[in-house]
Amino acid sequence: MEAKLTLGPVLFNWAPEAWRDFYFGIADEAPVDSVCLGEVVCSKRRPLFEPYLAAVVERLERTGKEVVFSTLALIMDERETAHVRAIAATEGLYVEANDISAAALLAGRPHAIGPFINVYNEATLAYLVERGATRVCLPVELPAESLAVLAASSDVELEVQVFGRLPLAISARCYHARSCGLLKDNCQFVCDQDPDGMDVETLDGVPFLAINGPQILSSTYGNLWGELKALKEMGIRRFRLSPHNTDMVQVARLFRDGLDGRDPPQAEERLAELVNGAAFSNGFFHGVAGWAPVGKLAEAE
Amino acid sequence: MNRALELVCPAGTPAALKAAVDAGGDSVYLGFRDETNARNFPGLNFTRDELKEGLSYAHDRGVKILVAINTFPRAGDLGPWHRAVDDAARLGADAVILADIGLIDYVARKHPELRRHLSVQASASNAEAICFYHREFNIKRVVLPRIFTVAEIAALNKQIPVETEVFIFGSVGCMAEGRCALSSYVTGQSPNMNGVCSPASHVRYIEQGGRLVCRLGDFTINAFADGEAASYPTLCKGRFVTRGRAAYLFEEPTSLSAISVLPELIAAGVTALKIEGRQRGRAYVAQVVAALRRAVDAAARGDPVPAPALHAVMEGQRETAGAYEKTWR
Repeated sequence: MEAKLTLGPVLFNWAPEAWRDFYFGIADEAPVDSVCLGEVVCSKRRPLFEPYLAAVVERLERTGKEVVFSTLALIMDERETAHVRAIAATEGLYVEANDISAAALLAGRPHAIGPFINVYNEATLAYLVERGATRVCLPVELPAESLAVLAASSDVELEVQVFGRLPLAISARCYHARSCGLLKDNCQFVCDQDPDGMDVETLDGVPFLAINGPQILSSTYGNLWGELKALKEMGIRRFRLSPHNTDMVQVARLFRDGLDGRDPPQAEERLAELVNGAAFSNGFFHGVAGWAPVGKLAEAE
Repeated sequence: MNRALELVCPAGTPAALKAAVDAGGDSVYLGFRDETNARNFPGLNFTRDELKEGLSYAHDRGVKILVAINTFPRAGDLGPWHRAVDDAARLGADAVILADIGLIDYVARKHPELRRHLSVQASASNAEAICFYHREFNIKRVVLPRIFTVAEIAALNKQIPVETEVFIFGSVGCMAEGRCALSSYVTGQSPNMNGVCSPASHVRYIEQGGRLVCRLGDFTINAFADGEAASYPTLCKGRFVTRGRAAYLFEEPTSLSAISVLPELIAAGVTALKIEGRQRGRAYVAQVVAALRRAVDAAARGDPVPAPALHAVMEGQRETAGAYEKTWR
């Protein structure tokens, strides 16, 4: 079975033109099979890039990429629900549900389950598959043992994030706004200042987390390049790259090479350059603290 | 006279259960002594025999027992979670509090007569999600995430066919429940998988240059100057630095108290009020339950709600109405 690459949704508040141009570049150059579009983190941002959505979809489809419409992770009111309802009611879209309400609206037709829905075991997976899930991107904190059990339990296409800061939490409160002394309702979109999230350090200056509006990400970049073979062997068939403000075409090429069993020289060093020297982590996969680098990643430190 | 809201009280031990019943709780929630519940702390929770005795004590006094089985079963090892619900049903629990879809599905099929509550850990944050759990699994009650204003709760209650239970007092979380991997990122142990957050086994306090430094795993969560009151290093209540400025980035060390909005919660159509704190001792439970009993009864009579003297037992000796106030966001 061929291993496929998915580009996850842009999680950050990028300038609309930068957002568009990023996807144009992905469409033209990146060896990815599927591209997720849509606002997952904060519904206030959706109108910003929406004027460019049709052009981006058109460009991606023209270059042979599957478009996946990702929905909001934390849906809190009728306005946000109405938007999901509208997407779910549009024929012909392949939609990724990131909240159980979206999965419920999509039941009975093929859809994807995103990493923000809690699929921890084979019973939950089977339930969702029975209702039409054809692809499931698993939560970031699952260890290899669980991934293997899930892959063995079902024929559904399973996906794991292999690159990018790890989404760790989401809130009703906007921490970007809070850190600037603002409230969510009049946030002035201050999250647009941090295209990879706002760095959070401990009091002793150790990089710790990253703030993206109401979302908390890891400071480390999850990197399972060294685990691709193991993931493939246990039956994971899709590999998610989470977009960052870097050359994602290069990132995609390196992961494509890894999946195809090519071992480009200094692949890990090149990945390190692409994240400006930020630390990598693969601890969740190895069943330890998520921030930790294990195995070859630890040696590279 | 309004109906009095149901007071749902925490019990981490048989002694706390008795204290909650004696102090006027309407129901008591508890968990088994393992990773099937979200307060899987050393020395806490109930054996099967203790649950049996607790059920008898509570039922004799007209009080209900709700069993929280609200972590997410481990892939390939569903047995402990299935045994937990099977035993809760067999021993006569009044309801189970569940979060995982697969487990709720199991209970709905295997024990259709056992009343099902949707745990806050399920993160059902909108009417569509709540209606899904009702339609598919006939859940009778949802414990709402601590993210809503009172006005939003009122609007939600008009759209859903199930009872709502909201947090009234105790620790306040600031992330959407059931969707937080901060603890496992730092310690490898998470609420969803292990039933713990910021576990004490990973906490260290270090004296350093006249300061008390609180570490969780390999990270500094807070530091206190001499004389400053130190708080437990719960991850989301730590002090961190953004853009060169140290602050309580997520939440201050503080406790939730929504007693001031009790009349509004009644008007919003809420059914039950949850007191957080299964990790707290018997004395705490007795004091908080008694105070809330008085407040709930006063609110039901339409009397002014007495402001209880509970500051001494609150985290940081400070309180917040949390997300119930829109300005929290």
